[in-house]
Amino acid sequence: MNRLGLGDLVIDVPGRDDGRALSLGVEPGQVWGVLGPNGVGKTTLLHTLAGLRAPRAGQVLLDGQALATLGRRQVARALGLVFQDRQDGFPATVRETALIGRHPWLSAWQMEGGEDLRLAETALARLDVDHLAERLVSTLSGGERQRLAIATVLTQTPQIWLADEPTNHLDLHHQTAVMALLAEQAAEGRAVMMCLHDLNLAARWCDHLLLLYPDGEACWGPRDAMLETSALERLYGQRLATAEVDGAPVFVPVR
Amino acid sequence: MAAAELGARPLLAGRGIWLPLAVLALAGCAALGLSLAVGSASVSPEALWAVLRGEGDALSRTLVLELRLPRSLSAFAVGGLLAVAGALMQVLLRNPLADPYVLGLSGGASVGALAAMLAGLGGAVITGSAFAGAFLSTLLVFGLAHGTGSWTPSRLLLTGVVVAAGWGAVITLMLALSPAERLPGMLYWLMGDLSYSRTPWPPLALLLIICLLLMPLGRSLNVMARGPLQAAALGVNVRPLEWTIYLVASALTAMAVTTAGSIGFVGLVVPHMLRLLLGNDQRLILPACALAGGTLLVLADTLARTMIAPEQLPVGVITALLGVPTFLYLLYRSR
Repeated sequence: MNRLGLGDLVIDVPGRDDGRALSLGVEPGQVWGVLGPNGVGKTTLLHTLAGLRAPRAGQVLLDGQALATLGRRQVARALGLVFQDRQDGFPATVRETALIGRHPWLSAWQMEGGEDLRLAETALARLDVDHLAERLVSTLSGGERQRLAIATVLTQTPQIWLADEPTNHLDLHHQTAVMALLAEQAAEGRAVMMCLHDLNLAARWCDHLLLLYPDGEACWGPRDAMLETSALERLYGQRLATAEVDGAPVFVPVR
Repeated sequence: MAAAELGARPLLAGRGIWLPLAVLALAGCAALGLSLAVGSASVSPEALWAVLRGEGDALSRTLVLELRLPRSLSAFAVGGLLAVAGALMQVLLRNPLADPYVLGLSGGASVGALAAMLAGLGGAVITGSAFAGAFLSTLLVFGLAHGTGSWTPSRLLLTGVVVAAGWGAVITLMLALSPAERLPGMLYWLMGDLSYSRTPWPPLALLLIICLLLMPLGRSLNVMARGPLQAAALGVNVRPLEWTIYLVASALTAMAVTTAGSIGFVGLVVPHMLRLLLGNDQRLILPACALAGGTLLVLADTLARTMIAPEQLPVGVITALLGVPTFLYLLYRSR
């Protein structure tokens, strides 16, 4: 299952009118960016797409099947979600944390095997946190935790990636590395959708954009059609200056 | 949490499941052996061995097999039940300070049992009434904490603490209203006392069944310990699992309370110590809790029987004297 469909979907943001229903498909190979100001429902959208909360109307489709009719485990095999924030429960090491990504693939009686461990080690190395494998998660920095969260989803090997601000807390190099990883996942035939606050990362790495406005309005389409300076200024209520650097548009807020 | 917070790995984590469990099982057997041998009249190791092989003199046989063995097995079962119940509540609330005693489950069961005793009923009615009390407490805590929003650990914990305080008041009221001749029995029972326990088999059987039932849920519980959203995203059916944990913990607590009265702190201290030693894989921690909790309560009960022999102390006093400083230390450490 590697195609995510939104059928007349209205997400449930408390105290807001329905606005425009979302009807779009995130196809294998595509990288979608979701842009919008704070509190507009970007996280709510991703959680709705992952089946963690019910939509107000419409439905989410995995390969044409309604998500609500699928079992949690089946959904977790198809679809991985990088959370924006996470809670530390009990102390756990970095390796143990990456390994929980295998949960949907193991039966109740099965212990994690060599193949699962190998996937986790590869993911940790890919995110540059393999040297921390024995450390407790509570001792990591914010950026290291963010990379661990992405490594956990990489260990989960989903066909559809949902990432809530995947570059949060990351330094410049790791921002680029994570965006390259997500682009690589798409190039290998997976579908990616992520929320971003950085217009310039979106302009550089996404091929489709979904713009969510505070009043519930929304528009979506291929990146180049969506990167209208006037539309983006209305989106954020912020004047922007544009330039072109390294072949991609760059947006800078002006006072 | 001390060692864990400093960034050290738990001492024995990642060494497999069977070695720690075998060590704990041996410790349990040793504690049981000790509890059979010592008391107001001691039995020498040779005599004990003879009795266990089905030989030995009649007096030793009566002492060991009819008086001490049922009581020690009851203590083992109750300690195991309480420790497993505590470990489950801690995973559910993602809070190391949760246990059936703190969350009002023991209080509810106590009120149920005391009400039956006050009404002059006995035996099976006390058991059923304690079960009803524990489940009423479960429904109260989960229902009220849920409210119109969703369960959050701090809300559940606070609701549990307040409900526990409420049960405490009801217990005091019942004691104030009860006739003087019933008071000593009720008081002793409230402090936790194994001398009233009849047969050890129901709690032992429940402990074994629940441990086997929980084995396949272990990894799901590990994921649950990361929070309900993360667990749901990894394929766990969160709400049914939460209810299962809470109901199982209630059943375990109710059985423990009806067997031995209200014994605090075992459910808190045992899982915590084991997590420091063994890490936090529930597939290991839950059976380890059953063994270590049982061992601890057998030892505590042996102390309770022997400290001022031939008089007996309620075992709840011993566990509380050990548990209160530990609890305060953990609170102090966890900030």
